[in-house]
Amino acid sequence: MIRSELIQTLANDNPELSSEEIEHIIDVFFDGITHHLAKGGRVEIRGFGAFSTRFRDARIGRNPRTGTQVEVKAKRVPYFKPGKEVREHLNIEI
Amino acid sequence: MQADIPTLTRADITDMLYHEVGLSRADSAKMIEQMLGHITEALRKGENVKISGFGSFILRDKNERIGRNPKTGVEVPIAPRRVLTFRASQLMRQRIIKGA
Repeated sequence: MIRSELIQTLANDNPELSSEEIEHIIDVFFDGITHHLAKGGRVEIRGFGAFSTRFRDARIGRNPRTGTQVEVKAKRVPYFKPGKEVREHLNIEI
Repeated sequence: MQADIPTLTRADITDMLYHEVGLSRADSAKMIEQMLGHITEALRKGENVKISGFGSFILRDKNERIGRNPKTGVEVPIAPRRVLTFRASQLMRQRIIKGA
């Protein structure tokens, strides 16, 4: 499923809303999560999962094409831990 | 380590929709419920979910393997299972590095 399919499905559920409104809702939702992570926070959506960021130390990397060494700066990277309900859902045979 | 700011919850996101989109709080909560429901349902059917600009929820099938109870050392088979991983978009990665 991709973003446009999610918008379409939600539009079918909510005929009183325009697809522009649905799109706005989806953007506010996902942007809100990203923005909070960027500020250094954690986002917990019960039943679905939790988004957080993890710290990665600086390291010496290598350009895989040329083999030259490059310095990779310390950074924070996003991380998602699926919730229990979702994990259990995935392993139910249909 | 996380910065010292409160965890964003479903209630906070409901509030964001209420303020920024102008839905009632009840409708905001309903929209979030529906959205997560559709995403979870797609994953349950074995579909990956890709939200451009945000990231992809990717399913991986794990084979059965022999694990060990770390406390007792007893070997136990771990059943084959499907796990969910998340790969953040380049945009999200950049925003997190920039901190904005």
